[in-house]
Amino acid sequence: MDAKRYELNVQLAQMLKGGVIMDVTNVEQAKIAEEAGAVAVMALERVPSDIRKDGGVARMSDPAMIAEIKKAVSIPVMAKARIGHFVEAQLLEALRIDYIDESEVLTPADEECHIDKTKFSIPFVCGARNLGEALRRIAEGAAMIRTKGEAGTGNVVEAVRHMRTMNREIRQLAQMPVEEVTGFAKTNGLPYELALKVKELGRLPVVNFAAGGLATPADAALMMQLGCDGVFVGSGIFKSADPAKRARAIVKATAYFNDPQKVLEASMGLGEAMPGLEIGQIPPEQILAKRGW
Amino acid sequence: MSVHLVKNTPGVIGVLDLQGGVHEHLEHLERLGIPYAKVKQPADFTDLAGLIIPGGESTCLARLLKIFELKEVILQHCSRGMKIWGTCAGAILLANRVVGDQPCLGLIDMEIERNSFGSQLDSFKSEALIEAVSADLIPLTFIRAPKILRVGSDVQVLLRMEDYIAAAENEGILVTVFHPELTGCLALHRYFALKCGLSPAVENASAVNRDWDNVSWMKLARIAS
Repeated sequence: MDAKRYELNVQLAQMLKGGVIMDVTNVEQAKIAEEAGAVAVMALERVPSDIRKDGGVARMSDPAMIAEIKKAVSIPVMAKARIGHFVEAQLLEALRIDYIDESEVLTPADEECHIDKTKFSIPFVCGARNLGEALRRIAEGAAMIRTKGEAGTGNVVEAVRHMRTMNREIRQLAQMPVEEVTGFAKTNGLPYELALKVKELGRLPVVNFAAGGLATPADAALMMQLGCDGVFVGSGIFKSADPAKRARAIVKATAYFNDPQKVLEASMGLGEAMPGLEIGQIPPEQILAKRGW
Repeated sequence: MSVHLVKNTPGVIGVLDLQGGVHEHLEHLERLGIPYAKVKQPADFTDLAGLIIPGGESTCLARLLKIFELKEVILQHCSRGMKIWGTCAGAILLANRVVGDQPCLGLIDMEIERNSFGSQLDSFKSEALIEAVSADLIPLTFIRAPKILRVGSDVQVLLRMEDYIAAAENEGILVTVFHPELTGCLALHRYFALKCGLSPAVENASAVNRDWDNVSWMKLARIAS
């Protein structure tokens, strides 16, 4: 990927700012998402809560299904490849979707290496729990970052933790004298040049969305007020009682995240949210955020 | 924070702050020395000299304009003389004909096709001379861009590319299917400011700013300290 292509890929993510990216598993859901005002859809066979329930190995979705969704909507289409599975990424690039999510929601294909994303023309978004993880993914070529959160739980606590961690580390960097950056970068696993960039900018050098466990309009507004540039909602929409209504409500709350009256109106009468899961009750080996490093 | 929120004073250009590339436009207006404001409530539009509808997703922006009844507000202010510039998705919202879809604001007589180049892999950068705007080449950034297929007789074409129109205007409306806010060039922002009757502080806006890079907007979007 040359510098110009990388900049275009970062810029597409900039155009998604303030928006909601929704997980969809078929054409009908994709159309509901687009109609509700999603800025992009994530095409996948099973939403994270079902992947969690079913167990086993979760892989890239059937390309035929992704292609159908791509045909059905005019908004950008994203799809997931397994961490380190660069051939799945090659297939998604050949399919000419708009963005690849190298995602911990799928079973990792490589426990040592993430995909070398600089080899691709297509943009990648990657999950992160802290600043070091975010900057390592950017160094590998990611054009957009999202919090990992804990997908498929309907529990926003991990997304909040990851965003607060990144913000805290960014503030620390911004305030420290430059000679301390080397040590901070070493301790926290930050690529040094990118650490300097973050220090100068006071934020991540690419767009950063919230993801993993968002289920309500208030969850979306919370993540936006914590400084995210936009939100992903996975299981939260199509595992709720009234997906179309909830999708519209989350779009409204994300656009007006600073306006409690509008978030309140958006939150009225949505029916049941998706069933939630407490993080402490998940067996440690089933925590998705620990996948990748 | 260095944002100077000058609200409700004449001479301000507003950037519609619902979704999309808002900060990027604000940053360009700041460089030009034009007072600017993010606008999203009906009262925010009072006395604006101009409004920029940024790039983003047109279906999302159209839905939000409708739900929050901003469509009527924008139409009212347009009829009192507020000028409007739409970039990419913004151009789609301003068109009176959209291929395969309902028009939104319908303020300029043209037919536009959404996402007309293909996927993100077909996004590209280019440059062109836009005589009405600047004597220098202007860098162009097309991201999942629409194409303007034809325009009505009261619309002036500013830039024609191979088989489509990339920039056009009528008396009150300017449209570009590319993103000047994603380049270091201020020429189109200056052109729009002049259209709004304002006097930009920057004289030679056509040269690409050497101190601009694609993270320049981030000074307006730092995390809370």
